[in-house]
Parts: sequence; C-alpha cells; structure tokens
Amino acid sequence: MKILVCISKTPDTTSKIAFVNGNTKFDEAGVQWIINPYDEWYALVRAIELKEKDASIVLHLVTVGGADCDPIIRKALALGGDEAIRVNADNADSFYIASQIAEIAKQGGYDLVLTGKETIDYNGSAIGAMVAELLDAPYISLATKFDLAGNTATVAREIEGGEEIAEVQLPLVVSCQKGVAEQRIPNMRGIMAARTKPLKVAEPAAVDALTSIVSYELPPPKAGVKLVSPDNVAELVRLLHEEAKAI
Amino acid sequence: MVLVFIDQTEGHIKKSSFEVLTYGAKLAAQLGTTAEGLLLGTVNDELPALGKYGIKKVHQVSSDTLNHLDAQVFAKVIAEAVTSTGADTVVFSHNQTGKAVAPRVAARLKAGIVTGASALPDTANGFVVRKTVFSGKAFANVKIDSPIKIISLNPNSYHTAAGEGTAEVVALNIAVDAPKVKITAVNKVSGEVPLTEADIVVSGGRGLKGPENWNILLDLAKELHAATACSRPVADAHWRPHHEHVGQTGIQIAPNLYIAIGISGAIQHLAGVNRSKTIVVINKDPESPFFKAADYGIVGDAFEVVPKLTEEIRKMRAGG
Ligand SMILES: Cc1cc2nc3c(=O)[nH]c(=O)nc-3n(C[C@H](O)[C@H](O)[C@H](O)COP(=O)(O)OP(=O)(O)OC[C@H]3O[C@@H](n4cnc5c(N)ncnc54)[C@H](O)[C@@H]3O)c2cc1C
Ligand SMILES: Nc1ncnc2c1ncn2[C@@H]1O[C@H](COP(=O)(O)O)[C@@H](O)[C@H]1O
Repeated sequence: MKILVCISKTPDTTSKIAFVNGNTKFDEAGVQWIINPYDEWYALVRAIELKEKDASIVLHLVTVGGADCDPIIRKALALGGDEAIRVNADNADSFYIASQIAEIAKQGGYDLVLTGKETIDYNGSAIGAMVAELLDAPYISLATKFDLAGNTATVAREIEGGEEIAEVQLPLVVSCQKGVAEQRIPNMRGIMAARTKPLKVAEPAAVDALTSIVSYELPPPKAGVKLVSPDNVAELVRLLHEEAKAI
Repeated sequence: MVLVFIDQTEGHIKKSSFEVLTYGAKLAAQLGTTAEGLLLGTVNDELPALGKYGIKKVHQVSSDTLNHLDAQVFAKVIAEAVTSTGADTVVFSHNQTGKAVAPRVAARLKAGIVTGASALPDTANGFVVRKTVFSGKAFANVKIDSPIKIISLNPNSYHTAAGEGTAEVVALNIAVDAPKVKITAVNKVSGEVPLTEADIVVSGGRGLKGPENWNILLDLAKELHAATACSRPVADAHWRPHHEHVGQTGIQIAPNLYIAIGISGAIQHLAGVNRSKTIVVINKDPESPFFKAADYGIVGDAFEVVPKLTEEIRKMRAGG
C-alpha cells in the first residue's frame, strides 16, 4: 500500500493580506509560512495514523514549488512519512499543479492520494478533483472521515446539511477536512528523524497553465459598525428590517 | 453557448442552481449568446419553468444512476454534454457538488477554470473572472486562456432573478458508467436548517460560557428560522456539534445575515463568515475585533440582549 499526501505552503492564518507590484503580487514581507492547515491536520495526520496501524504502508509527501518549500516539507516530514518529493516548479495554476502531482502519482503507483480540501490562500478546492480526473480514479471531496480495510475505503463526505457515507475501492483520491483527524504537534524525535529522510527533487512535466492571475484587490472597507444601545434592541430590529432588509 | 449545471438532490433542484442559472443567462447576454441548462438524473420539479431564469433549453440525462454523486461518472457525462451541445462556457455552483465535479470536467476538457467566482467575468478584454482568495480577505482577477471556460460561482454571491419564459426540455443520450462510489448511508441533520443553505445564521462563541446556556441562542434562531453555528473552541469543547463549527478550519458560509453572539472575531473565525451580507455582533467587550467586521453591533451582555432581541423580532413578526 502506497499513500501520497499533497502538501502546500501557505501564509500563516494571521498574515496581513497586502499586494505589491501594482496589485499583481502578494506581499510576502514579514509573512510566516506554514503547511496548509487542511493538508497538515487532516490529510497528513490521517495518513500517519494509517501507517501507525499498518507498518507496511509506504507514505510519501509531494509538493509543487521552489526551494522555498523545503522548510515546509521538512516540517511535514517531522510529523511523519517516509520521504518527500518536491517538483521544482512555480505554481502556475491549479491545472499545472494537478498535472505535476498526477505525474508523480502515476510514476510512483500510489493506491491513495490525499489532499487538503483547499489551500487557504488560493481557495481553489480544485486540485484534488483534477488529480483524480488525470488519474481516472474515483474522487471523494470534503471528506470528514476516512478509514481503510484492505483495498476498501470507507469515507464520510460533507453534503448540504449532513454527510454521506460511502465505500470505494482503491485507487482513490480524497480531499480531507475537519473530522478526518486531529491536529498533532511534531516531537523532537520526529524533527531529528526528518533531517535524514530523503527529499527528492523532480523536474516538472511540460504542461501549459490554462489560467493566470491578472491582479488582486482588497474588498472595500466596511462602512463601520452601527452601534445600538443594549437598552434599545427594538432599534436593531428596525434597522435589520428596514435598512439592511435582512429580516 | 453558456451551459449551466443544474444541481439537484432528492428530486429537487437546489437553491444554488437558481443563482447559477440567473448568472449564466446574464453572462450569455453579455457574450451575445444563449444560456442552456444541464440536468443529470431525474427530479419532480417542473423543468420548463426554469426558463424564467433566462435559459432557453434544459438538457437532461435522465439516468437514475445520476441521482447520486460519483464525481468520476458525473465528470465524464458533463464533459460529453459540453462537447455535444457545443458549449464554450460552463457554469457550476461552487457548492459541495461543484467542488467535486467542476475541476474534474475542466481537467478532462483541458479547460481553464475559476472556482469560487464572485461576479460576472470582465469580457471586454479577454475573459477575466473575479474570485475570492485568502479566505475572503481579498479577490483575484483570473484570466482564462483556453477556448472552453469554466466558472464555479460562490453560493449566495449572485442574486436570483426570475422573469418570464419557458425552457424546452431536451433528452441527451449519453452513456453513463457504473459508479465506483457506493453510498451506504446519508445522515442529514433533520429538523434543522442546513448551515450552508441558510439565509440567516445565529452563531455562538465562548462568551456563552457553557452548553447549558445555548437555549437563548436557539430561541432566537427558531424565531428567525435560522441555522445555528459556533466558533471553533465551542465545537472543540463539545458544547455544540462539530458540523456547526465555522471559520478557516470549519465551514465557510455566506448567509444574508450572520448574528455573532459572544464571539471575539478572531481572524480565523472571520475567514469563514466574512462573505455574509450583513453581520450583527453582540459582545460585552467594546474592543472585540468582531465589531470592526460588523455592520451592526450591540455592546452588551448576551444573556440580557439576546432574549430581548428574540422578543422584539417576535413582536415585529406579529406586526407590532
Ligand atoms: C490555525 C488556526 C485555525 C483556526 N480556525 C478557527 C475556525 O475555523 N473557527 C474559529 O471560530 N476559530 C478558529 N481558530 C481559533 C480562533 O483563533 C479563536 O481562538 C476562536 O475563534 C475564539 O473563539 P471565541 O470567539 O468563541 O472565544 P473567545 O476568543 O474566548 O471570545 C469570547 C468572546 O465572548 C465575549 N463575551 C464574554 N462574555 C460575554 C457575554 N456575557 N455577553 C457577550 N459577550 C461575551 C468576550 O468579550 C469575547 O470577545 C483557529 C485558530 C488557529 C490558530
Ligand atoms: N503546490 C502544491 N503542491 C502540492 N499540493 C498542492 C499544491 N497546491 C495545492 N495542493 C493540494 O491541493 C489541495 C487543494 O488545493 P486548491 O485546489 O489550490 O485549493 C491542497 O489542500 C493541497 O493538498
């Protein structure tokens, strides 16, 4: 059994969002980079749990990006996993990234590919589905539970107002979110071990991106809060009804 | 032609489909072409009536297999429908189904996709779609360079508009593969308004002190026919079920009205709710960061303010 977990690098959740170069580039000044929370807390931790139960599982991590991703992928390796592969390429667009991941997945013959439900910077929710299509594999998106028994996966996925439980045979691609696993803190042993785990660098496959970011914009600032006295709650109801037309 | 994917469940067309139909028809008018719908599976709703959103035809692949989502099966059918109808633009809702299917269709057709779109594209100079990025803290304008273009539209970001019109229903004959995903159970939270579909959401944080105090919030939600949500620490402490947790790591919502009670408004919480149209904050701390993101606020004790609010709404509803 071989599992591939897709790891992306994102700005820390508290980062100030600003743009430079005429609003065409994210301002990286002072930004702390982290493993995308969905990839770390859910996809990676669940894969590690599966490996802890079944030591024969081979667990690899993949990231598409430049050398600036190395500290992030090492951090991921400190949590667990046998080795990591970095496809040495710019993140051109979702299709480009998905094509690189699919290429690695095909070459490595993985039975299961796990992604996060979305990156917290681009908010694509797209790459897992694309990888599945490029591998012609079934896809479970927005998984909230994931279990394996032999070649059969049992998953729960989010639907409007609830969840759906399904069984699928591997090979399979799954995007993970809250519920799949619980956040873990890497320990000293893991951090030491990660230093000697292989981090292979692969050259990208030739693929054309299909989209490009032209510019960024910040939302217009809120007009400012209208405060209502706690002794005049009726006024709030009036404003919500007449002004905001919300009730 | 603009082809709009019509999402359905349990025999009914989803509300988000009306938004994308309206959006698709507007986009078609902007491009000087027509919009048509694509429905997989079978529904009880009247399909010709969908013409009132501005579409001319509804293509239907009426196989029972398609009443349940298997992204692989759906993607193949939709891609074939795109090819056979000659559509060059495809619109989905960026809801649970859209997230599973739209990028697959895009990869299959080598079509550029913008997910999480929040406005009509700018087609004056190419095809540039605005989407939310950084969890609602910014927008990106993304250009699609491929001949076929796919957009998935954020739920609640485009107003449904219905006029006159009837759509012609056309049966599409497309082979449907056997699904590989076997659905064994569906657990719906019964009797509650689903959070991601709700118009109004009432949400509580650690300021409510404990699960035993939730009744004031539940009463308000009931009066407003609202869904209920909570902050992450509240779900982590098991005061409320996990499916109510909104925010960066929980569910992202964009209701018409979000009422936050005893929630500080940490940036990770805001990431899940800042696309709400109107935000009301009730917090006893005037320095709470949530007030900066709010439209209306009351600085006060939730235990006094919330029951009063419920009462005032009841009065208003009663016509008083
Ligand atoms: C990577 C990461 C991801 C995260 N993801 C999420 C997420 O998805 N969702 C999320 O919610 N959080 C998330 N968090 C946690 C977030 O940072 C905050 O800690 C959390 O949102 C705080 O929850 P709270 O507002 O309920 O509690 P507190 O911060 O404890 O705030 C309680 C508020 O209640 C007010 N209050 C107290 N008593 C009363 C009263 N009687 N009447 C009225 N008001 C009162 C207080 O003034 C205070 O503002 C995340 C954190 C990290 C680091
Ligand atoms: N550059 C990348 N390298 C590896 N995996 C990625 C990369 N970008 C995104 N992913 C994976 O794809 C998921 C969805 O990303 P997105 O479609 O951009 O929201 C993420 O949670 C990651 O698991």
